Amino acid sequence: MKEVEPTVTIPRNQGSSRAATSGFDPAAAAPLLLSQNHGGWLGLRYRDHGEDWAELELPWRADLIGEASRDVLASGPIVSLMDMASGMSVWVKMGEFRAIATLDLRVDYVRPSREGANVIGRAECYRLTNSAAFVRGIAHDGDANDPVAHIAGCFMAIMGQRL
Amino acid sequence: MSDTPDILTPYARSLGIEIADESGDAPTLLLPFSKIAEGRPGVLHGGATSGLLETAGYAALRVALDRLERDHRLKPINVTVQFLSAAKKQPTYALGRVTRAGRRNANIVVEAWQDDRDRPVATAVMNVLMTTPD
Repeated sequence: MKEVEPTVTIPRNQGSSRAATSGFDPAAAAPLLLSQNHGGWLGLRYRDHGEDWAELELPWRADLIGEASRDVLASGPIVSLMDMASGMSVWVKMGEFRAIATLDLRVDYVRPSREGANVIGRAECYRLTNSAAFVRGIAHDGDANDPVAHIAGCFMAIMGQRL
Repeated sequence: MSDTPDILTPYARSLGIEIADESGDAPTLLLPFSKIAEGRPGVLHGGATSGLLETAGYAALRVALDRLERDHRLKPINVTVQFLSAAKKQPTYALGRVTRAGRRNANIVVEAWQDDRDRPVATAVMNVLMTTPD
């Protein structure tokens, strides 16, 4: 099977102290991955990462609210935030930036986020097999012990590539 | 004032979601392909697909409740999105169906497709809490 090249070239670890064992550095990749297209429109920002997790932030914005009468972010942008954080957690765990596809994503909205609050999304790739990557995570608005949402998702490699 | 309930949130309008067809049981929504909805180059972002599916799900419920002359505030409980194939550089449509509307919660299934209605690019199942308006 022909190898499919990633669609963008992501910088490798360059002087980052974090996740030095991984060939994918979210901190270095974030400016490129998050500055354009859907993520750029939402204004997603890199916050932190570890060996198998990544954390991004979605800034509150007036035109992203879910109800005209309340300044609370719609659920759609939270799915986007968690999808992107999930993908990054998979890449950091794989140690490589490869084309992956979201197979499914479940989001439990355990409470509304606070009015005007940014939402932080943290996803962990807890299991990687040859064909699939399993992810779980939370979204919160300041206190990670009081999440606004829990997520679980599954990713697969595209075009017969192995994870 | 329009007779149809307000089914496009500020977020939905901002993303570019439009109402394509209101003649059926539930409105069919349309998301034109655009830079702000794009993920990998040439492919719709999964988050944008999910946003369209959720908006279509709420639209189906709003219209169904409106028909029953019920007025509720809707709160999301959960959503599960299945991504079936990459959505390409084309308009994406979505239509929801209320599978059950009880007194306090509703279950909704939604399908999104592009050029072929019989080949959905993504589906969603949603549970929504219906509370009385403040």
